Amino acid sequence: MAKSALLKSSLGKKYWMALTGLFLCLFLVGHLLGNLQLLSGSKDAALHFNQYALFMTSNPAVKILSYLTYFSILFHAVDGIVLTVQNRKARPKGYVKNNPSANTIWASRNMAVLGTLILVFIVTHMVNFWAKMHFDEKMPLQTVTINAGGTDMEFYLTTNGDYLPKSRVDQNVIEIKNRTEFYDAAAGVKINEGYKDLYKITVAFFKNPDYGLIASILYALAMVVLGFHLYHGFGSAFQSMGVNSPKHSPFIRNFGKAFSIVVPLLFAIIPLYIHFILKV
Amino acid sequence: MNLKLKIWRQKDAKDAGRMVDYNISDVSPDMSFLEMLDVLNEDLNNKGEDPVAFDHDCREGICGMCSLHINGEPHGPDRGITTCQLHMRKFKDGDTIYIEPFRAKAFPVIKDLVVNRSAFDRIQQAGGFISVNTSGNTQDANAIPIQKHNADLAFDAATCIGCGACVASCKNASAMLFVSAKVSQFALLPQGRIEATERVLNMVKKMDEEGFGNCTNTGACEVECPKGISLENIARMNREYLFASLK
Ligand code: HEM
Ligand code: SF4
Ligand code: FES
Repeated sequence: MAKSALLKSSLGKKYWMALTGLFLCLFLVGHLLGNLQLLSGSKDAALHFNQYALFMTSNPAVKILSYLTYFSILFHAVDGIVLTVQNRKARPKGYVKNNPSANTIWASRNMAVLGTLILVFIVTHMVNFWAKMHFDEKMPLQTVTINAGGTDMEFYLTTNGDYLPKSRVDQNVIEIKNRTEFYDAAAGVKINEGYKDLYKITVAFFKNPDYGLIASILYALAMVVLGFHLYHGFGSAFQSMGVNSPKHSPFIRNFGKAFSIVVPLLFAIIPLYIHFILKV
Repeated sequence: MNLKLKIWRQKDAKDAGRMVDYNISDVSPDMSFLEMLDVLNEDLNNKGEDPVAFDHDCREGICGMCSLHINGEPHGPDRGITTCQLHMRKFKDGDTIYIEPFRAKAFPVIKDLVVNRSAFDRIQQAGGFISVNTSGNTQDANAIPIQKHNADLAFDAATCIGCGACVASCKNASAMLFVSAKVSQFALLPQGRIEATERVLNMVKKMDEEGFGNCTNTGACEVECPKGISLENIARMNREYLFASLK
């Protein structure tokens, strides 16, 4: 009984909701710290961001964390929907007159709607960036333009800090294989590796003349939705795990409220900054 | 004062039921809500109509028998009281008052405003007790030292009167506040620790079987509970259950 209780019982499902939800909060912090590099005005901003993106897609420890994140999102969403369906069934006939705002906050009553909107956002977000980074064959590699003796020349930046003239690739002296690897075409040996230019993709996306404005606004709105989800969710997760005492709860609740405002706000600033302020 | 009442009328468990309008005049602000309904029923009786069925017993806030969802809240708009302790001075002349039964799949309507709350009894029977012999050599309760803090918390939990307002107010019709109060009142005392593991597992299992919803920590129950049972009890039950299921 004990084992199945942790999966099937009402409380068991709540533990999983809380654990996955809090893990996703940690994920948000990590993701945010990475994204904030997009705000750096430094001339190496693109390189640093692309180096970070490479690290996030190749480091084995990060791989484990990212699989945990995929699992958490799926489990949290499925479990959340199962719970919500059960909860609907527990009151087949509702009240003619109900006054829920007298005893609850709006966010706490709309976790499923808020969560579903977040899920829609996560899917579109992954199609726009994650899928390109992982699977797009036409993902560009980072280049820099250097003025050498009065003429502009384009170079690929490589992972060991070299500059590889783009013209050599155009002339087929160097071949690109496996999306990022530079090969000596004649000898058939790998000589270097480039950076996938996620920075360029991101900036182009939010600066796109057709949909950049609407994408930036929708992104910011999605962060408002996330903020409401966390405004209730953060503190709620601790209650679900059985952490509630006069000593700790005020701190947890206030921290959760601050978290639910600061984290989504910082996320939302990035696309708006790229669209309205960043010069390229 | 004169009031307009919108009351849920339902002949029996099978009837579909509907809201019916009544006008009531000369209501004294000093009447309790149930006395106001008594006056209405006397009126209906005199006219040869079926009086409105509603639950009540002690009429002093201790038995947990009265219920009613009044203007969108169980036990009405006031805090920390049962319907029998609600007074008409909380309303104004000319007000419209909606009166509905507590709604939950686990609390089926029997007639009008009367619902069957025996699901709570079955949850109690699943573990809301301690097993002691009454053979004459029972230990003197005062011989067992208990921290004042825990004794107070256990007593607070034990003040739950099983009225079901927590279920009625919860958007998920969850019975967690009630069950957690019953779990807590024993879990906090040494006498209750002996059966603590099976108690929490069995009571939660029964709660789920009876068709109550899952808690989403909205906190409506704590606000509406006439006895001020705290959400800390739910957290305590969550801890108890977690450790019990890992055993
Ligand atoms: C980054 C994304 C997300 C984060 C950080 C997050 C975080 C949280 C947290 C901390 C809770 C509180 C858990 C508890 O009360 O024990 C929660 C609850 C909930 N989440 Fe999410 N969530 C996210 C995405 C989603 C998604 C995609 C869904 C999809 C449907 C969803 C649906 C729900 C629902 C329905 C609840 C309420 C469950 C309950 O209290 O029973 N969430 N979330
Ligand atoms: S917890 Fe409060 S609202 Fe729920 S049954 Fe007990 S006394 Fe009534
Ligand atoms: S009738 Fe006993 S509590 Fe209201």
